[in-house]
Parts: sequence; structure tokens; C-alpha cells
Amino acid sequence: MSTTSRRKLLTALPIVGASALGFGFWRMLHGMQNGGFDPRAVNTPQLGHPIPHFSLPGLPASGANADQTTGFNASELQSQHTPILLNFFASWCIPCVAEMPGLRIIAQEIPIWGIAYKDKPEDATAFIHRDGSPYARVATDQNGRAAIDWGVTGVPESFLIAPGGRILWHNASGLTPQLFDAEIRPLLAPYR
Amino acid sequence: MKKHLSLLCALTFSISAVGVAFAVDSPDEMLPNPAQEQRAETIGAQLRCLVCQNESIEDSSAPLARDLRRVVREQVETGKTDQQIMMWMTDRYGTFIRLSPPLSITTALLWIMPGLALLSGIGLAWWQFRHRNNATPSNDLTEDERARLAMLTRENQS
Repeated sequence: MSTTSRRKLLTALPIVGASALGFGFWRMLHGMQNGGFDPRAVNTPQLGHPIPHFSLPGLPASGANADQTTGFNASELQSQHTPILLNFFASWCIPCVAEMPGLRIIAQEIPIWGIAYKDKPEDATAFIHRDGSPYARVATDQNGRAAIDWGVTGVPESFLIAPGGRILWHNASGLTPQLFDAEIRPLLAPYR
Repeated sequence: MKKHLSLLCALTFSISAVGVAFAVDSPDEMLPNPAQEQRAETIGAQLRCLVCQNESIEDSSAPLARDLRRVVREQVETGKTDQQIMMWMTDRYGTFIRLSPPLSITTALLWIMPGLALLSGIGLAWWQFRHRNNATPSNDLTEDERARLAMLTRENQS
């Protein structure tokens, strides 16, 4: 190799390397923005697995909604005849507040069961009834142990449960009607 | 060079020692039995905090890390083996929770990277050396230089 072509190669190498890296990072950031790439989605060990065993108490009563006081457990979730959307939330979690209006829209299509994660029961009750509860059933996981068995890393987090108790879908970010249409609705087709 | 290397080693060890020493947030999290606490810390140091993602659960102050530390300590106390505890964690959070992931197709590149980097470095160095030796000009004078030298010495003499 002659000196000039070698010099050209050595000059080009860092530029080509930096451009390749830049392009890769741009793709990742772009994907994170339009939802095509979710760095947290690499880890969904729960998919296809049966739901973990749990039994959680309900929330204190607040007027109209009596279903929230009983809580629920794994076998109740397993014995449903339609898919259920399970949503971990907390009144102290800002993304959960942002998620609520969307959940109310989604609740018209599929029953949503909520689990209040590490929340004071009265705070959780006040939170879900402030603008109307999207939840068909509510339970509370005050010490966060059940959430660990579900592989929850932070609220909000949602699971789609098939009749019989298999986890069909898991998402570690806020649920929106757009995400519901794109990812959950196709999964519901076999159960309609 | 040798001195620098030992200095680097000392520095690395002291940093990792500090990392373990300041693991838990409050002393009442620690197990009363020092041997068990030591074991729990070693296990915890291999588990990723899923909130901060680049810290172990022993290093992190996130509430989830605190909960997982408690789980590790409970299981150490009940006499579970390291492997059983790791299994309990990966069942829930996948191999992502292990700071040193097992060798698999998805992690193969990660594991062979140091070897790959070393090999390509050796290859590059070898290539460079070979070319440098070839490029060294010979000490013998060329025909032209000899003629010019003869001319210059003649001019000097006259």
C-alpha cells in the first residue's frame, strides 16, 4: 500500500466509524420517539408464562364501587372467560396519572383489573375515583412483593392475561389507546 | 511499567472495596450474621438494579433495589443456595437482571469482544511492523548518489 492511500485510509477510518455510531444512535433515538424501539422491552421473561400465585386485599370502600373492597387473587384471574388487562398503578406516579384518561377509553373494550403498587389504600381509592375508575376490579400490593413476582420494575406496567391465566403481552410503560390498537387488539382477535 | 500496573491494580481493588463497603442504605437492613450478610452482599452485587440499570442492587438506593435486597437476605437466611436465589431472580426478571449475563447467542458478541479486540490489536500491530521494516531505505548508495559523491569530492580536491 502506498503512503498516500494509507494516509487516506487512516483519515477515513475514524470518520466512517463515528458516522456509523452516529447513525446507530440516531436510529435508536428515532425508534424510541415513534415507539418502534423500546430499550426496556428487551426483557419480557413473563411472556407466554402462567401468571404467578398471588392473593391481594382490596381498597377501602368509596361510595358506589363495591367491587374494589374485595381484592382478587390468581385463581380468580385464571377463571375468567375473556382476556383481562392487568394494570399496576400508584397514585404517586405521574405517568400513571397521564395514563388514566387512556385507560378509561380502553376499559370500554376490555375489563381492566388494577393493582395499586406501594400506595396508601386511601390515596389509591381517592386517585381512581377522582375522574372515574377504569378498573373492573381493584387490589392493593402495599409492600410491592406481588409486583416482584410479576417481574414489575416500576409503575405503570400492564399485562394481558388470556383465559386460563397465561401472560399474552407485557409492557413496562404507560398504556395508551394507540398502543392498545397496535399491540393488544390483534391479540384479542382469537378470543372474540 | 510494572510499577504502573500494580498501582492500577491497587486502585481498582480499592474502588471495588469501597463499592461493597457502602452497599446498604441503613445498618438495620443488614443481617446479624456477618457471614450471611457477606454472602447476601456478594449475591446482590451480581444483580442489576432494574430501575437504574447500571448499578447493582447493593449500590442502588431505588425502592425496588431495597425490596430485592430484602428478598436476597430473606432467602440467604432460609438457607437457599446462590444458584437458587439467582434462579428466583431470573425467573421474574430474566437474565437481564444478572450483571454478568450467561453465554448465549444474544450475549455471544459481548463475551467474545475482549478476545476480538486483543486479536485485532495484535493483527494491526503485526501488519504495521511488517510494513515499517519493508519501508526502511537500504543503506547502500544508489548509482546516482555515488556519481554525485564522486563529483563533489573531486570539486573539493581541486
